[in-house]
Amino acid sequence: MKGNVVWIGKQMIRMILLIFFVSAAAFMLVSISPIDPLQANVGQAALGTMSQEQIEKLQVYWGVGEPPVERFLAWAGDFFRGDMGISLLYRQPVSKVIGVKLVNSLWLMTIAWILSGIMGFILGILSGIREGSFLDKLIKGYSLLIASTPAFWLALVFLMIFSVWLKLFPIGLSVPIGVETSGVTMLDRIHHAILPAVTLSITGIANITLHTREKMIEIMESDYVLFARARGESTFSIVKNHGLRNAVLPAVTLQFASISEIFGGSVLVEQVFSYPGLGQAAVTAGLGSDVPLLLGITVISAVFVFGGNLIANILYGIIDPRIRRGGVR
Amino acid sequence: MKRLNGRIWAAVLFGAAILFLTLVTAAGQMCMEESLVTDFSRKNMAPGISYIFGTDWLGRDMFIRTLTGLSLSIRIGLLAAGVSSVFALLLGTMAATMGRTVDSVITWLIDLVMGIPHILLLILISYAFGKGFKGVVVGVALTHWTSLARVMRGEVMQLKEALYIKAAQKLGMGRFKLVWKHMIPHLFPQFLVGLILMFPHAILHEASITFLGFGLPPEQPAVGVILSESMKYLAMGRWWLALFPGLLLVLTVVLFDVAGESLRKLLDPAGVHK
Repeated sequence: MKGNVVWIGKQMIRMILLIFFVSAAAFMLVSISPIDPLQANVGQAALGTMSQEQIEKLQVYWGVGEPPVERFLAWAGDFFRGDMGISLLYRQPVSKVIGVKLVNSLWLMTIAWILSGIMGFILGILSGIREGSFLDKLIKGYSLLIASTPAFWLALVFLMIFSVWLKLFPIGLSVPIGVETSGVTMLDRIHHAILPAVTLSITGIANITLHTREKMIEIMESDYVLFARARGESTFSIVKNHGLRNAVLPAVTLQFASISEIFGGSVLVEQVFSYPGLGQAAVTAGLGSDVPLLLGITVISAVFVFGGNLIANILYGIIDPRIRRGGVR
Repeated sequence: MKRLNGRIWAAVLFGAAILFLTLVTAAGQMCMEESLVTDFSRKNMAPGISYIFGTDWLGRDMFIRTLTGLSLSIRIGLLAAGVSSVFALLLGTMAATMGRTVDSVITWLIDLVMGIPHILLLILISYAFGKGFKGVVVGVALTHWTSLARVMRGEVMQLKEALYIKAAQKLGMGRFKLVWKHMIPHLFPQFLVGLILMFPHAILHEASITFLGFGLPPEQPAVGVILSESMKYLAMGRWWLALFPGLLLVLTVVLFDVAGESLRKLLDPAGVHK
């Protein structure tokens, strides 16, 4: 038990260090950019309408002429205290912008994450029970095809079919246009999130299906399944008693480890559906040179990715002690 | 018809996929000029016999535009896969052979790159290079090495235990020569497969990042640009602007996958009898 705690502690320290290094790397990337965030925005209406004091304040904040390392330390210190700076485009604290966008995105990503996990797992099991059967070929072909399809194109096609032709769903945004915040019902929100969420789930399925399929094939070839067959168990009860239990853990782990992909997918899907989430904010920030916002989003997403990896590691480490003992190199 | 032997089948698939992709690249190159031609007498035409992919609001032939765009994507993919796979080979072998410190540094680096969602990393790199064509190429080329590097590291770790490597070590062969003479040739088939399987990712990411508006100028016929333009005309019912370029993109990616998988089958000695 004590070993577990120490091990988890070590993993967490590692995660915190990694997040620190990610933010340093991201900071380095934006500071070598030839685009000066102030210069780039002077031409834009955003900075034009700002007062002189605010521009000076921003210049001081960005420490024009200060060495990058000092700037980074100042930024990281502020960040650590919860001050992520002020978004140039939204003219609000970055933490506030991210808060609002994150809630929108979490809706989408959680639904997609759970849906794709469950559907992928079921498809993987069905396909792995009998390798080479018609169903297996169908599911495998479908997964490979989906893995080769860009998420944004799938989103475009869905938009075309369901919103433009069939008019079943709205073309974009997370709430109806021209309705006050108080007038937005839960139903509206769900209605707007369905199509993006479905797109995101479908693109997320391929990976987990193929992985579960491999695992299931391995299980079906194992000695204990052979023995179960010899005892006269039916395929259904073999899958129920032996297959599911052995296949579910790797699947859950994989799903936690693949948060990064769902995040990437959401950037593209949100862009197509103009869904005001974190991904769209990242694109806006990148195109509009809104460095504080871009950095904030990078760090927050890294926290999610590493958090997912940490959970995956812990799940594996605690349930399967072999990993913990043998895997640490 | 007698069923074809698995290996011949794989060879045929591999050859056909490579042939098709070469043709698309060459055709796209040759149509570069024509893809920019605008002709208002033929604008907004639905797909038909003379324009199989239709034309857009400036009367540009979508089939030729798509070909040019794909050819650009394939060339960027080629470059990216080349750079990334060499990177992966170098870092992977370095991690496995140069001691624990180097190993942990490289493992950290891999974790670090994998920790930022890929698209976000591409946006950051593109921003770092001032949002140009260069940013896209560098971004796509520098971010695809991580998983192959991991595979290579694992392979070399295993290889280090092999008897012939141990024998060479005992005979006093230097570290560099050992890697070059005995390890790299052994790793080469895996490396090649990894390289080809890197294409699909590189192409998809190139399309995604240009779709988001980073990198290429709007008049450039790149697949991402074409698709992002088509978004504006979707509500007007011009479905062909989005459908066909996307389909061809999917086909290209699938073909690279097919090529990689068939090569894997061909190079795997255990599959000789299948």
